Amino acid sequence: MNLPILSILIFLPLIGVFFLVFTKGTEEFIIKTSFKVSLITSVLTFLISIFLWINFDNSISSFQFVHEKKWIKDFINYKVGIDGISLVFILLTTLIVPICIISTINSVKFRIKEFLMSLLLIETLMLGVFCSLDLFIFFLFFEAGLIPMFIIIGIWGGEKRVYSAFKFFLYTLFGSVFMLIAIIFIFYEYGTLDVTKLLILDIDKNYQNYLWLGFFASFAVKTPMWPFHTWLPDAHVEAPTSGSVILAAILLKMAGYGFIRFSIGLFPHASIYFAPLIFTLSIIAIIYTSLIALMQQDMKKLIAYSSVAHMGFVTLGIFVFNGNGLAGSIFQMISHGIVSAALFLCVGVVYDRMHSRKILDYGGVVNKMPRFSTLFLIFILASIGLPGTSGFIGEFLILLGVFKNNYFVALIAALGVVLSACYGLWLYKRVIFGKIVNSRINELVDLNKKELLVLTFLVLLSLILGVYPNIILDTVSVSTNNIIYIFNEKTNIKMTFND
Amino acid sequence: MSYILVFAPLFGFVITILFGKLLGDRLSQILTSSLVLISSLISFYFFYGFVFNNYQPFNHLIFNWVTSEELVLNWSIYIDQLTSIMLVIINFISLLVHIYSIEYMNHDNSKPRFMAYLSLFTFAMIMLVSADNFLQLFFGWEGVGLASYLLIGFWYNKDSANKAAIKAFIVNRVGDFGLAIGIFLIYKYFGSLNYNDVFENINSISNYKINILNINGNLLSFITFFLFIGAMGKSAQIFLHTWLPDAMEGPTPVSALIHAATMVTAGIFLVVRCSPLFENSAMILNIITIVGASTAFYAATVALVQNDIKRVIAYSTCSQLGYMFVATGLGAYHIAIFHLFTHAFFKALLFLGAGSVIHSLSDEQDMRKMGGLWKKIPFTYIFMIIGTLAITGFPFLSGYYSKDAIIEATYYSQNKYAGYAIFTCVITAILTSVYSWRLIIKTFHGSFQNSNLNFNNIKDSGLFIFVPLFILALGALFSGVIFREIFVGQNYIDYWKNSIYFSKTYILEHPPTWFIILTPMLTTLTIPLSIYFFLKNKKIINELKIRHEPLYKFLLNKWYFDEFYNFLLVNPIKKIGNFFWQIGDVFLIDGFGPNGFAKITRYISDQAVKFQSGYLYHYAFVMLIFLSIFLTIILI
Repeated sequence: MNLPILSILIFLPLIGVFFLVFTKGTEEFIIKTSFKVSLITSVLTFLISIFLWINFDNSISSFQFVHEKKWIKDFINYKVGIDGISLVFILLTTLIVPICIISTINSVKFRIKEFLMSLLLIETLMLGVFCSLDLFIFFLFFEAGLIPMFIIIGIWGGEKRVYSAFKFFLYTLFGSVFMLIAIIFIFYEYGTLDVTKLLILDIDKNYQNYLWLGFFASFAVKTPMWPFHTWLPDAHVEAPTSGSVILAAILLKMAGYGFIRFSIGLFPHASIYFAPLIFTLSIIAIIYTSLIALMQQDMKKLIAYSSVAHMGFVTLGIFVFNGNGLAGSIFQMISHGIVSAALFLCVGVVYDRMHSRKILDYGGVVNKMPRFSTLFLIFILASIGLPGTSGFIGEFLILLGVFKNNYFVALIAALGVVLSACYGLWLYKRVIFGKIVNSRINELVDLNKKELLVLTFLVLLSLILGVYPNIILDTVSVSTNNIIYIFNEKTNIKMTFND
Repeated sequence: MSYILVFAPLFGFVITILFGKLLGDRLSQILTSSLVLISSLISFYFFYGFVFNNYQPFNHLIFNWVTSEELVLNWSIYIDQLTSIMLVIINFISLLVHIYSIEYMNHDNSKPRFMAYLSLFTFAMIMLVSADNFLQLFFGWEGVGLASYLLIGFWYNKDSANKAAIKAFIVNRVGDFGLAIGIFLIYKYFGSLNYNDVFENINSISNYKINILNINGNLLSFITFFLFIGAMGKSAQIFLHTWLPDAMEGPTPVSALIHAATMVTAGIFLVVRCSPLFENSAMILNIITIVGASTAFYAATVALVQNDIKRVIAYSTCSQLGYMFVATGLGAYHIAIFHLFTHAFFKALLFLGAGSVIHSLSDEQDMRKMGGLWKKIPFTYIFMIIGTLAITGFPFLSGYYSKDAIIEATYYSQNKYAGYAIFTCVITAILTSVYSWRLIIKTFHGSFQNSNLNFNNIKDSGLFIFVPLFILALGALFSGVIFREIFVGQNYIDYWKNSIYFSKTYILEHPPTWFIILTPMLTTLTIPLSIYFFLKNKKIINELKIRHEPLYKFLLNKWYFDEFYNFLLVNPIKKIGNFFWQIGDVFLIDGFGPNGFAKITRYISDQAVKFQSGYLYHYAFVMLIFLSIFLTIILI
């Protein structure tokens, strides 16, 4: 089979975009066709990724489905390929995008065609990030992803959209510059940007720390880690529902993926050197943002801050350098992708009806929307890591991994689990329970079929992953073990040199 | 068959929660109740097998749950002697509560939801006791917490109920935090979380020393300490008990099932299940004894002055759980389970009896608004008397055997703190008797105090309430005498076999006669005294209240635990949260970060704008200067 299937996967959404560009006619016709076109392309992409998953051999550690093309001679190669880790993120991306498109119908009121084009463009770019095996290609996809997101916030956002969009852009651009410098340096020093070659290579210990910091600048902003996180709440609050969904579910995962693939893979010594820094920032993120989340009065902000705390767990798990922590981090990212997407959709559901995100405007919603309340509860529980939901497995494995490494950090991080229960349940109580507080609540109608379908699907996904997490763990285990193995090899060899 | 036992309640939950409206009230009630009936029949079958047919423990693998590196965990059904007795308690009490709820909730609008939650709870509890590894136990542990949260907050229009529900969940999470840390420690040093792997390898690490946060200690002490924190949270021991009295906001059947008979005993179960670990850590056993005895005493003092009928019983539950922990602390695990077993009957009886009272009085729970009810609700009265006699340890009722077994165990224990335990246990037994009789007298005797209700219209409850009460009364009367020989008799090891680890064979001779009859005598004596003080001559009590008002207030306000926690934790946490948000994020990070950056940029660009004045000579001047600078650099 010589089909460049990964390239087809990556560029299929782009083909959808081209179709949309040439869609013309009456407004109604444009809206209808653009929905059809984008839905069909995204579902097709999803099917291809399922096909990939079926044909993926999860017993070998090397990259699969590799496809390579010369682009600029001796400088940039277009090279893509995946291992188990990439695969699960690809699945997450292709799964979330159709859901976003469906939810767009309610949350976006104008320039729908352009909005859908942005969504499909993001999908292409994200898939590119998770597939690319060339640092420069990776950088292009990684940074280009900013632009459509910037546009989504800036055009379809709320009142303060311009401020938020620029804050988002400023922050992320700031990080990128350093990563670009690091990449250029690697090319000049080692003459290649091919990731497979670089992973085997032992990068000089003297350079590692600087290069690591260059990558870190970009990843830390995008994760986001404390104290580079303040763009996230603003971006979420202003973005339309489907924008928030894609931001929380997929865009935040690029950095975690980057940490795993590049920071640990290319710069193992620097990773060990900087691990205390990561630990510190992560536990601050977990405790600090959980406490802030507790005091939020805006639902979206609350969920955004809780995302920062959850990503704190992810970075912790990555930098303990053992299989439990790494697998836990990946699982946590997938789970957070599903659960936070669902939570933003839930907020979107009530926002479409009430046009308010203020918690104070709500109360007693369960009386009018029992189905919604049930589903919302399950997502809250998944978010606070109740066993049986996907949220638990990730946090559990991460803490297990951290505990092997450092008691203090693990104890503090585990406190975050208590805090998450506080803000999660308190949010739920204030919005859902109690007596009906005002007449607008009285007029609420329960979920329509489309909303019910989407949310139920996500609930099932979260429960299935919670009860049978091996769907994901089996797919990634060989790859994570391989990463840990290479990591240990590299760091041990260096140590013997020093002795 | 074990699959049916475990999954019947889950099936009932799923069907009723999804299709409750479609099924209608009656059908959902029948469905859930009969599924739990099936489960309880099967658990009786297993229990019978373990007692008479010498069954061997068995372990059914359902499927693999988590695999990561050397961690391999399964969903499984592990049933041994200990589990089988827990299963009997859980399923049988759950069945009675299901039936009872059919009548108790007859005015409620969402009966299917209520029945579904009860079944969900039953399922989670079964998962908890039939786990073969710590993680499945944790799943059940948090699962019952969830069911408890849902049921306490069942009447979601009541703000107090919602608050109580959150409080229950979060205080339990604090306990779960401890349990989780214990589990992580076990994994780190044993490399596995399966009971078998852990318990078999204890000897290899029993002398292992570790250091956590600069505290040196024995590894097993650390592990058992953290596990015990989990147990304290779930079993509402002192410091982590505050959620249990508040949990009484939930419907009464819930209090009987979850907050008396089953869920709160999960902590005891955990300690007993991990007896191989605990037996190797004398220090922690001492702590357990002290905590248990203190809780027993503390809760009994508070119960003396409460006015809400359910809160009195709730504190009494706390107190009895304290007794059970005393027993485990002394290594008398079988006696702890025996008390757990008898307690399930008489405490469920008391709660459901109180529920029957409340039901008859249109949801009135304040004992100050009751009185003289025995004429109107004679059956409930009789059942409550039986329950009270049982809990106070009146001779030959169930509580007598189990509680006195604990007190006797304290007498013979080598434990350093046994003296403290003896003293508090005896005192608490007397206090228990006093507050229990106070409850009976205030509720059923004297004159009717409620002006909102017409005394003549009060009716006793119907058949669905009567039957469970009757069965529980039989249990409260006879469960002690029947099962004493099996659980704690001469040949107790014949039943328990290896399901509990006893480091020493238990002393079988009895303490001196005066000690044996001391407690029953004292508690029996309190009956006439209580009648005198609470019924015949109330002046003395009132006088005491006024004279010792600070003490009275101290007890009435439950030793000010809630106020203390609010002051120490809740309010500061909110303040810190706000501080981080307003000062940390908005002022510092945004102020010096992006906003500051934007300000500086704007300032510079404002300055730069001044250059672009539009006058030709300005541009010419600038060009000239830069040209000269450029030339200088090149020439040099």
